[in-house]
Amino acid sequence: MKQITVISGKGGTGKTVITGSFAALAKNKIMVDCDVDAADLYLLLHPAVKERHEFRSGQTAVIDKKLCNKCGKCIPVCRFEAIKNDFRVERFSCEGCALCSHVCPRGAIRMEENVAGEWFISDTHYGPFVHAKLGIAEENSGKLVAKIRQIAKEIAQMQALDYVIIDGPPGIGCPVIASLSGVDCALIVTEPTLSGLHDARRVIEVAKHFNIPVKLAVNKYDLNLGMTEKIEAFCRKNDIPAIGKIPFDEAVVKALVEGKTIVEYAQCAAGTEVRKVWEGIK
Amino acid sequence: MIISVASGKGGTGKTTVAVNLALSLKNIQFIDCDVEEPNAHLFIKPLIKEEVKAYILVPEVEEAKCSYCGKCREACAYHAIAVVPGNEGKKGSVLIFPHLCHGCGACSILCPQGAIREINKDIGLIEIGQEKDTQFIHGRLNIGEAMSPPLIRQVKKYTNPTRTVIIDAPPGTSCPVITAVKGSDFCVLVTEPTPFGLNDLILAVEVLRKLQIPFGVVINRSDIGDAKVENYCKQENIPILMKIPFSREIAVSYSEGVPIIKKDASFQDKFINLYLNICAIKNEANNCH
Repeated sequence: MKQITVISGKGGTGKTVITGSFAALAKNKIMVDCDVDAADLYLLLHPAVKERHEFRSGQTAVIDKKLCNKCGKCIPVCRFEAIKNDFRVERFSCEGCALCSHVCPRGAIRMEENVAGEWFISDTHYGPFVHAKLGIAEENSGKLVAKIRQIAKEIAQMQALDYVIIDGPPGIGCPVIASLSGVDCALIVTEPTLSGLHDARRVIEVAKHFNIPVKLAVNKYDLNLGMTEKIEAFCRKNDIPAIGKIPFDEAVVKALVEGKTIVEYAQCAAGTEVRKVWEGIK
Repeated sequence: MIISVASGKGGTGKTTVAVNLALSLKNIQFIDCDVEEPNAHLFIKPLIKEEVKAYILVPEVEEAKCSYCGKCREACAYHAIAVVPGNEGKKGSVLIFPHLCHGCGACSILCPQGAIREINKDIGLIEIGQEKDTQFIHGRLNIGEAMSPPLIRQVKKYTNPTRTVIIDAPPGTSCPVITAVKGSDFCVLVTEPTPFGLNDLILAVEVLRKLQIPFGVVINRSDIGDAKVENYCKQENIPILMKIPFSREIAVSYSEGVPIIKKDASFQDKFINLYLNICAIKNEANNCH
């Protein structure tokens, strides 16, 4: 079994469009959407949800107004500035450390477990799909990513699948690290812009930091040929296989609007190149 | 006034809107809070005058004072401390996992022996600079560092309320975004008229409603895709502040790190207009010029 994660550093470079196409191209695989706070892959895979689970993680402080005598000890100890001067806990600022509950002399603060989101096991006509929805303004996205990856891996092992294909989040922080840990290959999807290159370099450093092999594809490469050349030169210098150059193609948005993957939508230039990228990664 | 620029989906044009808005106005402080992937400096090209290291506090145990009672381990909500008690004359030990630590201080405050002090752990860099009239600040998270909110909080400490502050937020809807937009007077949500753009816009709208921050929408590449984003905004009474049609000129200018107002001066009026739209909504027309 091979685990492949698609990431980009910069958002909006085409990760999900490409991952969606892999769903249509790869055989015997499970798909995972690890961009849990802005999950979009379901819009291409049209899942029928089979199992729905609560994701419980972290805690929030709750002050019992009857027991609280407003001594104020809890306010300065909170480093997340979550307890306001009227002894109200600002829920989205509380990181659940529970220090306030320990220092409260009246035992007026209790910690309540958060329902931080939901995760799903679904059927699609591309095969099984594990995805999630982080609750609005919730934290612990890294833990939710780790959870759904573990579930996907178990299903892949049980059904003897060949691939776990993971759509990763943008950035370089905790959900990205959780999406990358222990995978066999990371595909970096970037675009020929100064920001695209800047951000790809940072996420490649993250992948290398965790010893993950990296390959790279340039999306919309013909929007700036000079910048594409710079990205390719960067890849050569750093021994990163550049496995595809996908042209800017209006069919991509049209396919998206119809909720279809680009390789199934029509014979088009972008679709042809995405097939090549899959051949280079599988 | 503090205006943050955010979006659920990445790559919709947050930085384009934030940078061009900033460069179209006077007396601006620009704060790039996308500390995982800061990009605004590529366009504003500020002269960096000051670099400040950012830290979080992580525990360090003075083993001489430690009784291996395990209170710190119990207190740590993030499982960042393990305690091996001593036995049969053997010394115990305390293990700290700094990458799990949120820096809450519970272990050190609750240690009955006073054996835990907090030391600085380097998480990133804050750079402060200037480009003409615009003050510029951003943070860069260290590679391999998981938690961006502590760095975002420290970057935001530099907020200068005597200026119009523009915050470039990271993508998504979870803690980094919330930390970045919290305290804003207004939030501009940048989206694109595609199913992905709409899906993530709806999530971002829910976040802002929860945070009770007034907001409006900029539709970028407004002539691609479909009409569903616009219909959604109308249905929900969300003001559409600006529409930017797709143009190869904008895309190429972005790719080169050149703000579009530098290539096509007519865009300056459009971004000033965006600002005036925000002011009108905030009903602070007197403060605008």
